[in-house]
Amino acid sequence: MAPKFCVDIKQEWDIVKARQLGRDRAREIGFGTVDQARLATAISELARNIYLYADSGKICFEITDETDRKGICVISLDTGPGIQNISRVMEDGYSTSGGLGAGLPGVKRLVDQFDIQSEEEKGTEIRVIKWLR
Amino acid sequence: MDSKFGKILLDNSDVIIQKWIDEIEMLNGFNYSDSVSDELLESTNREFVNIIFSSIKDEGDTKRLKEFSEKLINLGWKVSYITDGLQVFRRVSIDFILQQSDQIDTSYISDLLQSVDEWIEPLIRQLVNEFSGNWENILSLQRVALQELSAPLIPVMDNITVMPLVGTIDTERAKLIMENLLEGVMNHNSEVVLIDITGVPVVDTMVAHHIIQAAEAVRLVGSTCILVGIRPEIAQTIVNLGIDLSKFPTKSSLRKGFIKALELTDRKIISTEEKDTSIEQMIESLGRE
Repeated sequence: MAPKFCVDIKQEWDIVKARQLGRDRAREIGFGTVDQARLATAISELARNIYLYADSGKICFEITDETDRKGICVISLDTGPGIQNISRVMEDGYSTSGGLGAGLPGVKRLVDQFDIQSEEEKGTEIRVIKWLR
Repeated sequence: MDSKFGKILLDNSDVIIQKWIDEIEMLNGFNYSDSVSDELLESTNREFVNIIFSSIKDEGDTKRLKEFSEKLINLGWKVSYITDGLQVFRRVSIDFILQQSDQIDTSYISDLLQSVDEWIEPLIRQLVNEFSGNWENILSLQRVALQELSAPLIPVMDNITVMPLVGTIDTERAKLIMENLLEGVMNHNSEVVLIDITGVPVVDTMVAHHIIQAAEAVRLVGSTCILVGIRPEIAQTIVNLGIDLSKFPTKSSLRKGFIKALELTDRKIISTEEKDTSIEQMIESLGRE
């Protein structure tokens, strides 16, 4: 099992902490600047969703090392209200907070793999992977 | 009751001071040996233990305590020096008094613990307050300093203003950017404002949203906003996120944005020397990009 790092998201500045940690990890593994920026932005979106909708949660990082490829797995965990209609939030332009509504669909386009699980009143888990090219 | 224990300590102050200093030196050996000279460590330890004893003698001199804590803060010592020191003193003095006592029962021990606490607690409270007060002070000064830096507005020419943004944009700062931008547009009578995001590390949907709102607000008051300093990786993430920034002009660098701003205000850069026409042509061609 690869080492796992977690950042608790409780206040707005924790978002910065999470994405800096993610960017550092990405740089260590050897991601280029563009992919570092993509990953940092994706982490920023996920962490902001926690901050905005779930009050508290955490962002975890795992280095995914497979025989033929290497990558970073970012897991966003929260115990918030959950998402009622997942297909709806994955549409561009849908937002409940008056934002751009580009967050989750944007994250999906920024990374290579995207899994979302959510249960109402229980929380949401989003797992994304960016492979090193 | 208190004075009984106090008397034992005062009568044997030399022994206790020596014990305390021995222990504290062992403790500090790990923490401070690199950064602090032995003489300074020793004199500080002496001063500290004297302060503790004057507190036991009930002549708690707050001024002296304040000076002592200020000295420690200025030297950059950790608050753990104080808490450790008082903790060690508590242990040493209790050990010593118990050794000196003939009959020990539970009420004796509870009295002893209580009176030692009465000497130590006010010291801890005041010293820790001094330290945390100092931190809070630094924190609030830094917050003010940061706020002053967060959304600067530079009127570079008549009708052209630049706002260079460096660092992370959070909700509070985004508000300030919007306010300063609009205020600046009114005060400097700017026709064009350039927002430079070269120094913004991550542009996510929230940051983009705030920039779009600010640009829209600037448009409403009759000016044009140009977003400059879009690095290639930022451009790619913006496209991936699917953010539409087409409502206002964007440029890769402040230089290109500035030339565009001159164009919008019906001006251009003209070289004063005749022979430099080639440069002029170059700049003009850049402006057409």
